[in-house]
Amino acid sequence: MTTTDVGGRAAPPAAGPGAGQLRRGRGRLGAGRAPGGRGITPYLFLAPYLLLFGLFVLAPSVYVIWISLHDWDFLLPGKPFVGLQNYLNLFRSGSVTSEPYWQAMLATGKFVLYSVPLLVVIPLAVAVMLNQQFPGRNFFRAAYFAPYVLGVAVVGILWRFLLDPNIGVVNHYLGKIGIGDIPWTTQTPWVWAALVGPTLWWTLGFNAVIYLAGLQDIPRELYEAAKVDGANRWQQFRNVTLPGLRSVLVFVITITILASANLFGQSYLITEGRPGRETRSAIMYIGEVGLREFRMGDAAAMSFLLTLILMLISVANFLLFRQRKEG
Amino acid sequence: MSKDRSANQGPLSRRQFLGLGAGAGASMLLAACGGGTSAPPGAGGGGGGGGQFGEGTEYTGPNVSLAFWNGFTGGDGPFMRKLVDQFNGEHNNIKVSMTVQQWEDFYPKVPTAVSSGNGPDIAIMHIDQLATNAARRVIIPVDEVATVLGLQQGDFAPAVWSAGVWQEKRYGLPLDIHPLLFYYNQAEMRKAGISEPPKDRASFEAALKEMKSSGVENPFWVTSTWPAHLMWWSLAYQFGGQPYNEDGSQAQFNSDAGVEALTWQVNNIQQGYSPKNVANDAQAVAFRQGKNALTWDGIWMMNEWAKIKGLEWAAAPLPQIGSQPAVWASSHNFVVTSQAQKDPNKLQAAKVFIAWISEHSIDWAKAGQIAARASVRDSAEFQQLEVQNIAAQQLDYVKFPPAVPGIGELTAPTFELAVNEAVLGKKSPKQALDDATQKANELLAANKKKYGG
Repeated sequence: MTTTDVGGRAAPPAAGPGAGQLRRGRGRLGAGRAPGGRGITPYLFLAPYLLLFGLFVLAPSVYVIWISLHDWDFLLPGKPFVGLQNYLNLFRSGSVTSEPYWQAMLATGKFVLYSVPLLVVIPLAVAVMLNQQFPGRNFFRAAYFAPYVLGVAVVGILWRFLLDPNIGVVNHYLGKIGIGDIPWTTQTPWVWAALVGPTLWWTLGFNAVIYLAGLQDIPRELYEAAKVDGANRWQQFRNVTLPGLRSVLVFVITITILASANLFGQSYLITEGRPGRETRSAIMYIGEVGLREFRMGDAAAMSFLLTLILMLISVANFLLFRQRKEG
Repeated sequence: MSKDRSANQGPLSRRQFLGLGAGAGASMLLAACGGGTSAPPGAGGGGGGGGQFGEGTEYTGPNVSLAFWNGFTGGDGPFMRKLVDQFNGEHNNIKVSMTVQQWEDFYPKVPTAVSSGNGPDIAIMHIDQLATNAARRVIIPVDEVATVLGLQQGDFAPAVWSAGVWQEKRYGLPLDIHPLLFYYNQAEMRKAGISEPPKDRASFEAALKEMKSSGVENPFWVTSTWPAHLMWWSLAYQFGGQPYNEDGSQAQFNSDAGVEALTWQVNNIQQGYSPKNVANDAQAVAFRQGKNALTWDGIWMMNEWAKIKGLEWAAAPLPQIGSQPAVWASSHNFVVTSQAQKDPNKLQAAKVFIAWISEHSIDWAKAGQIAARASVRDSAEFQQLEVQNIAAQQLDYVKFPPAVPGIGELTAPTFELAVNEAVLGKKSPKQALDDATQKANELLAANKKKYGG
């Protein structure tokens, strides 16, 4: 169950690394006890969550599959069963749904591609910085985290006006230093900057906090030992910090990919999916089809396919990091 | 922590499941509830003979409460709330509670809420939503209300009165009409030496030229988003086109008139009368700041302009750029939902409420609306509302979409998209409208299949 990691340190349990790391001490105490013989007690403790999970996650998920097999409008008396037609339509070029769906998926993919590396690397740098001893450290920790408490509506509308091509503050000041109007919210490729930038500003604090917890979990002795061996700062980071953060890193990458793949609010508010449909995300399109055009069968098929793809990516992500560990 | 995150962005696909699942979950419950009733609500509404709405214009039954939903989240909200309060004060046995939410949330939510019984009894809907909600049995016919209250076509603008009818039954009672208007900055007009607001293509284009030379860098901002597609809708009719054919079975956005309309819009950018890349709301902000001297926007914007100190503005009918006058408009309509049908008292009270608000619609007109009823428009009080009166000059040629289920949802993925693509230079006007027409016809065919002929 537990594998030996750098310096003989017991790696935190694979499941729920974030919480696991924070409560490592308690976890160790628990691990000392003999397993088995507890009867149904653990299941009773799990039951309330399981109930909610079953009711609000599992059951609707199964129901989505059922809906996706029909031409479904919950208010109309007839909900003809169409088999896999809704799925086939997604793969048949020229159908009403296939072209816009894959365009939306592509937009989502682009956003993931542009945002995830930044959201993984920059918060790590911020966390390493905030882990140093310096005056005002708590202030900066709070400052980096602060935007995260804002809702997406606030962030979206704020940045929509800041980045407006003609009346925005950003272009106003760029103009003062001789840079002409940049169509941040209306033209590619600028729209991607207008989506990724605010997202970075908004959520980097969250990832940074997780990294920070992970960093504080790396034993000081390892750094001291590395110093004795003559490692410089970079070598310490490369050989002590990064391996120590491995499980945190997997967690951060996974949730960041999922969060970015769920892009909705930013493109809904900042670019409105424009220009054309270039920044309309998958979630945005699924919402339009299902909740505005009331074609819930189509929407359910799309969302199930999206979920499937995200599950595959998450699994691939875990496998990738595990293989490296073995190799 | 994870709770915070899910409130913002969603940590896992679970969030997405929840979002989409919530609707699905609700509909599962609905499906369970609906299983018992064989006749869908609303289907038998018209055939119920005289009397489900009761006789007369008074309500004398036991105390009843009415849930009244609308999307008046802007400056118009307080006007309606005041009317509702006044109504409640004058009617001891009827209590109307008004719920306001964004229109974008309103339309997806009402059908679900109504069929679960937690929705509105009466609501306001736009004219292009009536057929959709009638076909989905969210709202019920109100011919009887019109008869009992003595509401007749003669008292309404013909276009708005006939647009509330679907499959020979009336589903909406018009409260107001809100067209686009032409707003102009008087100070900039004076500077350019223009005394009269331009009325036709020649004088409008001359005004643009003169303003540009008198120091307005961009006198006419053509936005890439709302309400650019409403400008196009108006222009397409002006050039002799008709975006949908008469019965709403075919889209014809890419007619010569449609292409000419969009080309004219785009040309204003190419000639420098509009900046490029005008994004959401920027043209309205620029008008407030005096940078955008001429703008076409909804009549409801009048109260926004009035708030700006030092902004000298006035309104005029939309200039006639094409060969005939035409202007986009929509209309707020009273609807009665199938939920109210379960309680005859609610239906009777709803009738009284609708009649009362309709008679007091002069106070609603002050929110920046043209009263739908001619008798209100002819009143001395309405005559004093300057901008509303100017807007009312356009009533003879307002253009609504045909009453076809699903038509309201067609706008965004079709011609609104095309106007955006053309204004941003992504596609030529012709190409953009060709694509939109094809898409619209696919969606129309799908809708026809879904809702029946």
